Parts: sequence; C-alpha cells; structure tokens
Amino acid sequence: MVKIALIGAGKMGLSHLSILGAHPDVQIVGVCDTSKIIVDVLERYSGFKCYSDYLKMVEEAKPDAVFVSVPTKYHYTMVKELLKRNINVFTEKPFCLNPNESGELVLLAKKAGVVNQVGYHNKFVGTFKEVKRLVASSAIGEITHFQGEAYGPVVIKKKSETWRSDPSEGGGCLMDYASHVIDLINDIISPIESCKSSILKSIYSKNVDDSVYALVGTSSGATGIISVNWSDETYRKMSTSVTIIGTEGKIVSDANELKVYFKGDVLPKGYSKGWNVKYVTDLTEEVDFYLRGEEYSAQIDYFIKSVKRENKNNVNTFDSAWKTDTSISLIKNQSRI
Amino acid sequence: MERIIFGDNQFFAVNHISDEKSRAQSIKFKDDSAIIKTLDVAIAAGINTFMCTTHDRIANICEIIRKDPVKYQDFKIYPCMPYAHKYANAVTEMGIAGTLKQYVPGNFLGSILKGGVAYISKDYISIMELMIDAEMKMFKGINTPVIFIQNVMTDLLLGLGMDEFLIGFANYVRQKYNAEPGFITMNLPKLLDVLEKGGISNPIICASINKANFRMSGGKELYEKVLSEGRCRVIAMQVLGGGAIPASEALEYVSNLPNVESILFGASSKQNIENTVDTIRFYDQQRKEEVIMQ
Repeated sequence: MVKIALIGAGKMGLSHLSILGAHPDVQIVGVCDTSKIIVDVLERYSGFKCYSDYLKMVEEAKPDAVFVSVPTKYHYTMVKELLKRNINVFTEKPFCLNPNESGELVLLAKKAGVVNQVGYHNKFVGTFKEVKRLVASSAIGEITHFQGEAYGPVVIKKKSETWRSDPSEGGGCLMDYASHVIDLINDIISPIESCKSSILKSIYSKNVDDSVYALVGTSSGATGIISVNWSDETYRKMSTSVTIIGTEGKIVSDANELKVYFKGDVLPKGYSKGWNVKYVTDLTEEVDFYLRGEEYSAQIDYFIKSVKRENKNNVNTFDSAWKTDTSISLIKNQSRI
Repeated sequence: MERIIFGDNQFFAVNHISDEKSRAQSIKFKDDSAIIKTLDVAIAAGINTFMCTTHDRIANICEIIRKDPVKYQDFKIYPCMPYAHKYANAVTEMGIAGTLKQYVPGNFLGSILKGGVAYISKDYISIMELMIDAEMKMFKGINTPVIFIQNVMTDLLLGLGMDEFLIGFANYVRQKYNAEPGFITMNLPKLLDVLEKGGISNPIICASINKANFRMSGGKELYEKVLSEGRCRVIAMQVLGGGAIPASEALEYVSNLPNVESILFGASSKQNIENTVDTIRFYDQQRKEEVIMQ
C-alpha cells in the first residue's frame, strides 16, 4: 500500500481524494485543510484523519507521497518542505508563481531522488496522446505553425472575488486556464521560448486577465498562436484544442475528437490519405474507477505506479512544468511591453 | 420502469464525441419549443419516460407539461440531480462554502459555517435534504416515480467513502417524494456492493453499458457478471459507446443482456428516435420468440 496524504481539499483536492480513496493500492493517511466544514465532513463521513497544519500531518502520518492542491502561491513553500523530507510529490498546476521558484524545486526534487508530477491532466487524454505520437513520428512532416486554444465559462459576469481573481495568488486566465494549452504545446511540439506579442485582457474580472492572446515561437522553430478565454459562455465546460500544421499534413484535435489530414502516401498505421477522424472512445484505456474523465484517474494511477517504481515517471515532471512556467512568464512579460 | 427511456443530453449540448455536434445541438435546441417538439416525437414513438438533469431550462419544460395535463397524462419524468456544472462553476468562483451559502435554502447553514452550532451528524444530511428539495421544486405537480443522483455526485461520494449520503439520499427520496431512489454511476460493481452493505437491496442503477467497453470501470466482463447475478434493476446508458460502434450492433448487444430493465437513449431527429425504438423492439421480440421456441 502506498500511503498518501493530501493538502487542500477544494474542488481538485476532493476529486483527487475520491479517486485515491477508490484506488486499490492507496491508503489515505491524512488530509489537511483550513476549512472547518470540509474537515468536519471528511472526518465524520470518510473517516480520514484531518489536520490544519500540513507539517504536523507529514510528521505524524508519515506519508510516502503527498498531493498538493492548494492555491498556486503556496506550492513553492509546501513542495520545498516536502522535498526536504524526501517525500514524493504530486502538485496541482500551474507549478509555481514564477519559473525561478519552479526551477529551484526541479533541482531539489532531483537531489532528493523522489517521484514528482504536476496535474496537467490533458497529457492523459487519449486524443492528445495520439497527437503527440503523430507529431513525434513526423507523420505530418515538419511543424510550421500551430494554434492552441481553450474556451470556457469560468468568469461570465462581474462577481465576488476568490484566489483565482488575485494575481499574487496565481489567479487569472493565463495561469489557470492558458497554462493547460501552453503545457500541451510544449509537450507535443517543443517548449515555447519566445513571445512576439501578447494581450492579457480583463473582461469581467477587476484584477486579473480573463483572456490571453499571444504570438509565440518554440525551440524547434515552429510559430503559433495561443488564444484562450475563460469568459466565453457559449461553451458548457472547458474546451481545449490544438491545430497543428505540418509540411505533410494537418492535425485538429480536442479532448473528444482527433482529425488528421495527410497530404502524401507515407502514412502511419491505421490512417489513410486525406482526412481521418478518430474519437477519444477509441483511444482511451478503461480505468478502474471513473469520476470525471479517464484522464484524472489515469494521471493518479500513473503517479502511484511511479511511487511503486513501476514506470519511468517521465510524464508531467517538475521539469516539464518548470518549462511551462517559463513560457507563461514570457507571455506575461511581453504583455507589459 | 418502461423498457425505453428518453434522455436529455442532446438538448443541452452534451456530446461525448464531438464539440462541433455539441454546438449544432445547442443551436437546434435554443428554444424550448424545439425540446417539446422532440419530446412529442418520442411520446408518439411510444416512450413515456423522460430522464433529465435538473438544468434550469427543464423548469420551463415542466411548466409547459403542467399546462397540458391531458396531453401529458401518462408522461413521467425521472429527475437527475444535481446539474453538476452549475455547482462546479460556482465552486470555482465562490469556493465550497460560498457555493453552499448560495444554494442551500434557509439560513441555518450560515450558523454552521460560522461554527456557532454544535456539529451533529444529522446536520449534513439535512443540508443534503434541503438541496434535494431545492432541485425538486421545478417538478411540482409532475409524476416523478424515480429520482436519481447524478454520476459525478454518486461517484465522488463513492470514492470518498461517504456511503451515508448515498443511503441518506435513498431514504429521503422515498420518504418525502414517495419515489424510488436511483443512482447513476460509472462504477456499477463497486457502487452495488456499497449500496447492498448500506441495506439497499435491488437498487435502481443507471450505468454506462455498451459493447465498446466505454466507461465501464473495471471492464465489460465484470459488468456482465454483475448483470447476470440480477442484484439490481439496471438502466443502461451510453449504449452506443460514444458512437464507436454501429447503432444496430450496439443495440443488439444491450437488448440481449440479462437483467437490463431499461435502455436510456437520446436523439435529436425523428428518424433517429424512431429507428432506435424500432431496433430495440425488434431485438426484444426476437429474444421472446427464441425463448418460446426453446
């Protein structure tokens, strides 16, 4: 049994807890949260041992690994303390408020030799995994241009403020929403390392951006557009998509449907010249416990297997999330010019 | 329960395979009259049960149904609560405590949040009961013989080991609404064990069941085994497996499974509705004839 503790039982934290609770190889040894009502309910109905001080929890419960799902501004301090104690860490995205903090944690994790993972769940979505495989095998030739997009109805009117509306806590559309798209592009194509121009626009929020538009370049020489808006109520829920144009074809994919066009006759197995359509249902492996998408269960299962040293722990590492933080900061800095 | 039940995903742009189709549905069903028109097609095809989420727009549909008691005399609704995105978006915006403040009627929650009230277990079950009442308001005067808890909530509670809420839901729905409790889940085998342990025998469970092995946690074979044991009344949903297999083949598979009492499906066009109903009836008839022959 892998002994797991969790810090921050908010929306993502509860989702993680539920999936962890159902995992056959996991024992939940502690939950830390500052909300009295959450702690009360978890203790009473789930029987979890709860804490309000995460260091006390770590000391008493002696977990093999800790899930960190608190607002981004706390990631750096908490993860650092956990690494000091040689504990395996899964943390929510985005990794840190700035790439200096995340860079330091990458080094610390390496030194500690612990398993480290960040919750960019899109990498466990069947369609995006297939996009990555196609691009890596040069199936559509050399990548010339891409478009990474995400739209959804998070902030659709002027309303009360939470940590998501505070820039110093890691709020805003760039950090919270666009980070998914940036991370996906970094992983599928190559890290975004230049930003020619960017616009961070507030629509309903007072202090943070509600949309992000940027013209960027990757280390492989491809250029692209990032277009993200979390104030778009024409979407029922978050919809993330990538369009990738190559010299030999084109890929258009979201989390449900993958469309690929091949120009020539050199084709990967299972594809034909012209348009091909594949659905996530064909590209998804069954999970043992389903909560809100196979990818959420799959990323946790991957982490648990990493802790048990049953896989390589090379998906969503601190290192990849540090690169994403670096790309985020490029876009942020460019918008100020 | 009727053999065929009509679902509502198509009305609310829920499409598991295509965002484009989802947008097209959103445009098609912009007006409530388009929803009613499609429901009438389903009724004409012999389906009298509509299983729907407690989406705000369903309130309008209920209003139309209430106004025409003669036409909708045999019509039943199976409400499914809560409409998860409403709460998920609220939690993102206001946090968990803020969401509870917004959606739990009355003000006794306020005193709990402030910590001024002694915490007794019953309080949280009562909060759930208040939330059930809030979701049920729109169905006043409509026949709702089965009331469901949505899979996101069922499975969240299941993973957290909060069985008491699942049992509490069942008890309250029976007692207050004189209805059968139903559970939607993506984890049928695991849920059934928990419900049986909580004293609920032969529960109504609606789960993803299809030939494609789509969203059948633990795998199709385990599901088939549990079905063959006849321990629950099953409504099969996502029978087309997200569109991965041809419709006729998909319906043949699910129609012939043992102990699947009902099949839930949704469709937008008259042709698709009629075809699906005819296909299920065809396989059901075929099976009956085979039984007689034996």
